[in-house]
Amino acid sequence: MTVEDLAVEPTTTSAVRIAGVSMTFNAGTPRAVDALVDIDLSASAGEFVSLIGPSGCGKSTLLRLVANLIEPTSGTVTVNGKPAHQARADQDYGMAFQQAGLFDWRNVVRNVELPLELKGWDRRRRRERAMEMLRLVKLDDFVEHRPWQLSGGMQQRVAIARALAAAPALLLMDEPFGALDEMTREHLQAELLRICAEAGTSVIFVTHSIPEAVYLSDRVVVMSPRPGRITQLIDVGLGRDRDDDTRESPVFYSKVTEVREALRGIRGATDDELAIARALLDGGRDAAGRAGVDDR
Amino acid sequence: MRKALLFVVALASVAGVWELYKAVGPAAGGDVLGWRILPRTSDHAMPHVWEMIGRLFDPESRSSSRQIWRVVLSGAWFSFRLALVGFVVGSVVGVGLSVLMARFGIVRRGLLPYLVASQTVPLIALAPIVVSWSGRVHPFGLDVPRWSAVSLLGAFLAFFPVSVGTLRGLLSTSPTSLELMRSYAASWRQTLWRVRFPAAVPSMVPAFRLAASASVVGVVVAEISVGLRGGIGRLIIEYGRQATSDPAKVYTAVFGAGVLGLAMASLVGTTDSLLMRNRAPAEERAQ
Repeated sequence: MTVEDLAVEPTTTSAVRIAGVSMTFNAGTPRAVDALVDIDLSASAGEFVSLIGPSGCGKSTLLRLVANLIEPTSGTVTVNGKPAHQARADQDYGMAFQQAGLFDWRNVVRNVELPLELKGWDRRRRRERAMEMLRLVKLDDFVEHRPWQLSGGMQQRVAIARALAAAPALLLMDEPFGALDEMTREHLQAELLRICAEAGTSVIFVTHSIPEAVYLSDRVVVMSPRPGRITQLIDVGLGRDRDDDTRESPVFYSKVTEVREALRGIRGATDDELAIARALLDGGRDAAGRAGVDDR
Repeated sequence: MRKALLFVVALASVAGVWELYKAVGPAAGGDVLGWRILPRTSDHAMPHVWEMIGRLFDPESRSSSRQIWRVVLSGAWFSFRLALVGFVVGSVVGVGLSVLMARFGIVRRGLLPYLVASQTVPLIALAPIVVSWSGRVHPFGLDVPRWSAVSLLGAFLAFFPVSVGTLRGLLSTSPTSLELMRSYAASWRQTLWRVRFPAAVPSMVPAFRLAASASVVGVVVAEISVGLRGGIGRLIIEYGRQATSDPAKVYTAVFGAGVLGLAMASLVGTTDSLLMRNRAPAEERAQ
């Protein structure tokens, strides 16, 4: 798809549209790094898209480009039909990071109110909205608590409530459950799906957990490093009603396998590794099999 | 309650050590490895603690009926007010400078070396200059009171720890917090009030403590070098001159200086605990 093709499509249907985006850090210096090359991607309204790939593949960079926290070297990023900087100015998206990033000096409800405060909502209205959000993440019993009095999972739920407070059409999440234990993680994944389905929120979700990407997403974007680019788009199609049984269904397993294989394909992609693989193949199938163990 | 008890115990042990050394130390001082470092313990050099305390209730001089403790306390109160003005002015200037330095890298790079250099100027060299200004400058046609020069010198010592400590705090905000504020398209000012300042509080608290004691030192030294009457600095000098005939008297002024320092420290301490309420206990934050 070319940039021109994208331009003629109606923009109202897509939550995010990334066209011909490249990102070079330290451009023009000897330390120049091509973080992303020629990325085209769009996410439609209400869609849940995960970005997955090995470290250094630029998935976080891509997310930060959508958030307009950094500007692309070339190409365009459109959010809700607006240029990314305009979308940021309008608070069209909410964001959550791996660290909950709550402020110690505010209690739970005041943390959730922060984006509304910056939008200039009056006190009563933002308190109402924040309470509604806290009910949504089931933390309405902890309104007056301080962040450091909560568990990691609860803190992350407050962060999600904060990200959703201004009712953004789009949620950008950078490994939000990365620091949590497996049980909390699965619980919050289900919660997130429920909340986003209720509000019709689109989500771009960065992760390096394959089951997490498969469970949550309508579509998984597989990326490869050096330079960062998209190697495969995988439609998951687990349907809207996912629960704990979904994690044990054959479809789930087959999709996990599909994503895993797509990621493996990447591993062979660098020249050095191809050379090693060839040498190993020459040396016999057993050696190649052992090399595959490295691949996780 | 516990704290008050500890305080009394600490005071008593200082007095105890003083008396103990006085009892066992050499009266004419002593040499250690050829160096004359042991202080003399004669009543002249080291008066008894009870003598110092007793002197507090004697009249200041033969011609005066005022007891010494009244004079010392009013001197301490006088100096306290000057130090407080110096502390507040110094803090406001310090915080203002740190905000400018946090906002503009060029200000930070240009100003910071001069701030450090400013603290190497001896206060007693600066005092006469400031005093001569206060005689000559008449903002809005008003006379500048003489005490303001002393407060200004207190402020001169106080602003430095505040500006450096606050700057450190303002620049130590976590990148995630700043990114979050950026994602809300928050202005620099909104970020300053909602994130940078609150995040800087743990660095500002010790800076204010340093500034409080610096302003006290500044004011006492400035009183002496400016020759301002009424404060504790002047009393120390006056009573010190009488030390040959009345060695215990000068210690009453030193007590006054101690009370002054304590008053300032407890004032700042109260402010600090107000600022730090609701913050995570240190062990939680370390995690």
